[in-house]
Amino acid sequence: MSAKSSPAVARRVPVYALRVVLALFFAFPVVFMLVSSLKPDEQIFGDLGSPRAFLPVGSLSLENYAAVFDRVPAIRFLLNSLGISAITIVLGILVNSLAAFALSRMRWPGRKLLLTVIIATLIVPFETFALPLVWWVNELPWLEVNGFSVTLTEGWLDTYRVQVLPFVANAFSIFLFHQYFQSIPKELDEAALIDGAGWFGIYRRIVLPLSGPAIATVAILTFLPAWNSYLWPLMVVQDEELRPVMVGIQYFFQLNVSWGQVMAYASMITVPVLALFLAFQRSFINSIASSGVKG
Amino acid sequence: MTAAVPLRTRSRRTRGGTLSTARRREGLTALGMASPAVLLLLVFFVIPVVLAFGLAFTSARLISPTPARFVGLRNFAMLAEDPVFLRSVLNTFAFAAVVVPVQAGLALGLALLVNGRFRGTNFFRTVYFIPVVTSMVVVSIVWTFLYQKNGLLNRIIDGVTLGLVRGPDWLNDPSTSLAAIIFMSVWQGAGFHMIIWLAGLQTIPAELHEAASIDGVSRWTRFRFVTWPGLRATRTFVLITITISAFSLFTQVNVMTQGGPLDSTSTLVYQAVRSGYQQQQTAYASAISLVFFVLVLIVSLVQRRLTREKD
Repeated sequence: MSAKSSPAVARRVPVYALRVVLALFFAFPVVFMLVSSLKPDEQIFGDLGSPRAFLPVGSLSLENYAAVFDRVPAIRFLLNSLGISAITIVLGILVNSLAAFALSRMRWPGRKLLLTVIIATLIVPFETFALPLVWWVNELPWLEVNGFSVTLTEGWLDTYRVQVLPFVANAFSIFLFHQYFQSIPKELDEAALIDGAGWFGIYRRIVLPLSGPAIATVAILTFLPAWNSYLWPLMVVQDEELRPVMVGIQYFFQLNVSWGQVMAYASMITVPVLALFLAFQRSFINSIASSGVKG
Repeated sequence: MTAAVPLRTRSRRTRGGTLSTARRREGLTALGMASPAVLLLLVFFVIPVVLAFGLAFTSARLISPTPARFVGLRNFAMLAEDPVFLRSVLNTFAFAAVVVPVQAGLALGLALLVNGRFRGTNFFRTVYFIPVVTSMVVVSIVWTFLYQKNGLLNRIIDGVTLGLVRGPDWLNDPSTSLAAIIFMSVWQGAGFHMIIWLAGLQTIPAELHEAASIDGVSRWTRFRFVTWPGLRATRTFVLITITISAFSLFTQVNVMTQGGPLDSTSTLVYQAVRSGYQQQQTAYASAISLVFFVLVLIVSLVQRRLTREKD
């Protein structure tokens, strides 16, 4: 220690202090939200002038949470978002890894062009075509299966599928899988082909089992926008039964009930994601970092 | 494993026609495997993008008894005379003009602060990243409370200045509303790009830094001549992604201000949603989308070109 007590340490202290100040800056709104969700409204406002605003002190209870469940079908919204996210992730992993497999490990005319086109689409933000897409999904047909009778219906508004299917195929997921598959030796395929395996067998038994990190990355990068999705369900879902959490909280917020309850709802839909993030920190950070490689 | 390669080629060649049959089968299987993704991208990406172009020149409405007609440039003529739209374009540019450099700069600063090993590296990275895993809707709601006239932010200002400065009603004052949204957006997004910068920093060979420190150059010189040039690819990526997400500004506005007060926070996407969804004017919204699309394209191309030429 004494060897270091030189200008180096003197310089390190302010840097460290800066880190701490920034940590407070980035954490305080979230801490405030969590703490306030446990307090009655009068206390939230009463604590504002002091550091108590960020501390779980005073009369704490889960009453705000209970009130949220009383007022709106919050459980239903949570289950909706959970289901929509889960199905989008599973289908996304399947569909995109299959495409990436064909693009990276098999030889066929047009694969290079297709990959280039898919990567080029990454520059187009969803918001540029979201509105024509609303019009378009309203025109799309669907086969309604009811027992043994099949009827043709028109329009996808107010369904679960309209919240899932547009987000299954994802250019960036295909790109990530493609990059990852490139790193798996192609000799494995050759050997398997000689052993009489088919391409699908190679995909399922060799490539996919080796692709854990890529699957985790795609799962995380699919989960976050699916769970946070707001603009799209706002436009295509009116039915309260089908409402996901973010649209749910927006309507709840507009009711102007009580800040404590709003914070309770906000905490409820944030804590699961925060917990996931803290549990799988490394994967989260790596997923985000990997999104930077495309530049 | 390597012996397998010549083996396969030989066995196929000796059997004559098998090679082309295998090739054809490989091609068909590949198409089959790629087709679900291609089909979905076609239906939910290509067609709506093409529709954005097509519908912008028609009179299409979301739900309408009469079929859409071709109306030429009428929607664009209306846009050019729509003061709310023009204000929205201006706001969008103002938002991007501040958010892009500030967020990219702050994120780079954060990355430099938590790059390398010291006590709590992981803790600080995690904390800076928390806003990113918090949804923008939740962030907007919480900050709406912080920004209230008697909210937390003004209480802090009050306390720090000993009551000398009265904070404004941030979101309800047209002169501060956009700034408030900008501040919050930077707060939410900086952690994301910190990670991207960090990934970039780690691609710079350590020997370069070592060589520089042996030569005894100052920190700033080292940053200027080693770190900064090493971040070229990352830089382009960070700038383009922040620009695109800045241009797409919607959630914050819709939750916090609904474009107000006096259209001071209305944006391109907000207007597109308002006309296309609330007023069901699909064609008009498509015209806005098209303008938005072209803007994004131009800005990305210009940035790519600029960052390339400099180096």
